[in-house]
Amino acid sequence: MKIVVCIKQVPATTNVRIDPETNALIREGVESQVNPFDENALEAALQVKDGYDGECQVIALTMGPPQAEAALRDAVAMGCDDAILLTDGAFRGADTLATSYTLAQAIRRIGDVDLVLCGKQAIDGDTAQVGPGVAEHLGVPQITFAIELSLEGRKITAKRMLEDSFEVVECRMPAVVTVVKQINDPRRASMKNVLKARKREITRWTAEDIDADPDRIGFQGSPTVVWKVFAPEGRKGGRKLEGEVGDVVHALADEILEIRKGLSTA
Amino acid sequence: MALNIKEELCTACGLCVRVCPYEGVVVEGNTAVFTERCNLCGQCVSSCPVDAIVVELPKKGDVDTSLWSNVWVLAETEDGRLKGGTIELLGQGRLLAEARGCALEGVVLGDRCDELAKDMIAFGADKVYVVEDPVLARYRTGPFASVIAGLIHDRKPEMVLISATPQGRDLGSRLAARIGAGLTADCTGLSIWDEEPLLLQTRPAFGGNIMASILCREARPQMSTVRPNVFKKPQADPSRTGAIERVAVHLDEKHAMTKILEVIREEGGEEVNLADAQIIVSGGRGIQAPENFALIRSLAEVLGAAVGASRATVDAGWISATHQVGQTGKTVSPKLYIACGISGAIQHLAGMSSSDYIIAINRDPSAPIFEVADLGVVGDVFQVVPALREELAKRLAE
Repeated sequence: MKIVVCIKQVPATTNVRIDPETNALIREGVESQVNPFDENALEAALQVKDGYDGECQVIALTMGPPQAEAALRDAVAMGCDDAILLTDGAFRGADTLATSYTLAQAIRRIGDVDLVLCGKQAIDGDTAQVGPGVAEHLGVPQITFAIELSLEGRKITAKRMLEDSFEVVECRMPAVVTVVKQINDPRRASMKNVLKARKREITRWTAEDIDADPDRIGFQGSPTVVWKVFAPEGRKGGRKLEGEVGDVVHALADEILEIRKGLSTA
Repeated sequence: MALNIKEELCTACGLCVRVCPYEGVVVEGNTAVFTERCNLCGQCVSSCPVDAIVVELPKKGDVDTSLWSNVWVLAETEDGRLKGGTIELLGQGRLLAEARGCALEGVVLGDRCDELAKDMIAFGADKVYVVEDPVLARYRTGPFASVIAGLIHDRKPEMVLISATPQGRDLGSRLAARIGAGLTADCTGLSIWDEEPLLLQTRPAFGGNIMASILCREARPQMSTVRPNVFKKPQADPSRTGAIERVAVHLDEKHAMTKILEVIREEGGEEVNLADAQIIVSGGRGIQAPENFALIRSLAEVLGAAVGASRATVDAGWISATHQVGQTGKTVSPKLYIACGISGAIQHLAGMSSSDYIIAINRDPSAPIFEVADLGVVGDVFQVVPALREELAKRLAE
């Protein structure tokens, strides 16, 4: 059994701000982390490995600048057997289409992969587009938003978390599964493993190593472009009601019913 | 885009012929050959056991954008009805179509779609493509992506709008990767750019800390998933007329890639569709115990609202994860969000601060939730919420 977990190094997004003068992203002093949903994907892979009767290899894969290696070291510390960093100037400027193509090419190069796991989305871009994109480029089934996952022989059964319901789905391996946070609690790496992971060799592949078509990677392979970024209109706290419960409730009900009146009934 | 068959690899096994929804490929002699009915839907590519079918996606600048016109809305349905997000897309799609001087067209897939197609016309579509097949009875990635990819290649819409629901995100990204289109996720703004006739797609990123405007200059169609509840629902006009075109497909359950074993609704049939809800009443740690969600539910019930929850209450096991609002839960933007006993951790704010109007009820006057609330009540949830429920029930009964 060979499992690839696609991970992304993201900034701790709650600290990312826009400079209101220049409209540039201020990333200074913002720490990087493994995308939280990807930690769930790593945990899901490691649980499969733990319960697997036979040889099972878990490989963490990421595309990013050289410093994204830190995310892979975290994955190795958690228990991944191997880690691969896709890094090449030619990958820069990739949107979700180019990124998913690039990851899929790497997965082809790894070869004989049974299962690809991803977090449902990354907390910086919040697109949820890369996992399904990888599945399409590999020509395999996808199961998105999994909250439960089980394997039996070549069969995958997963429970998907939808808006107001769950859907239990099955498919055959190989397949791509994206997971939600509620699927598990990611394990914490022991200090010993963190130290060991620091010394581990991390494989680096370039565009050439994965036989990537130059027209389909990086900026050239990305149909979408960010035209501008700007600060959202900030919310400001409004009126505050204090005092007798009866008065407060009366005023609240006025406000709520006024809003409710304006709603469409559909 | 083009599909090519490598004759030296093809074994003429005929699997591609069986999986093709459009009868676009046949076996002639010792190789498969595409016919003029091939819609480039791509279904055959992954089915080929010897990888003899190769996709050539368009390169940047290769697409003649003048061949692509009209705005499409892909319908999402539930229990035989259009979902709220689809209706909103028809409203916004209408505005985009008028700005571009083109038609607004709907696409609906399912096992019985007549009423749905008529509804799409009533909400603004000029024409609706209907694809009916038992395999399409419930949404699944594989068959939906193949059928729609074929339609897109055949009819060449300039823009394709999809709801940013779990279904829409699952479908949109598969579809965009299939046809090499640009896709922008979870848009909260859509307009025609004032410099060139392109779709300007605006969306929040980095947990709502920044907004980004995105363009797709060269690839077609320009695709967006759109956050539900942001755009206004148009009024249905049953007197509107439009064309309905049925598209025949050949689908086989065997090639659907996935099988749905079971659909589980939330316990008690309670309203938890947060993304679609116009009013959400949410509970946080301030309600102190799991049984006190009854207070929240009861207030929600009076208002016909959905029940939301903070991460702390979900992590504590007070309520199921489908209710969680926030960065690691759901992102919502209802017309009215009532936060009860929620302090307003930044995680939570990232999931609800695009709500139209926010009411916060919290004992602690310094709680961060008050910094985003349009109306704040500094008070005891256990007093205010039940009294408010009574007051609303009384007035609504009048």
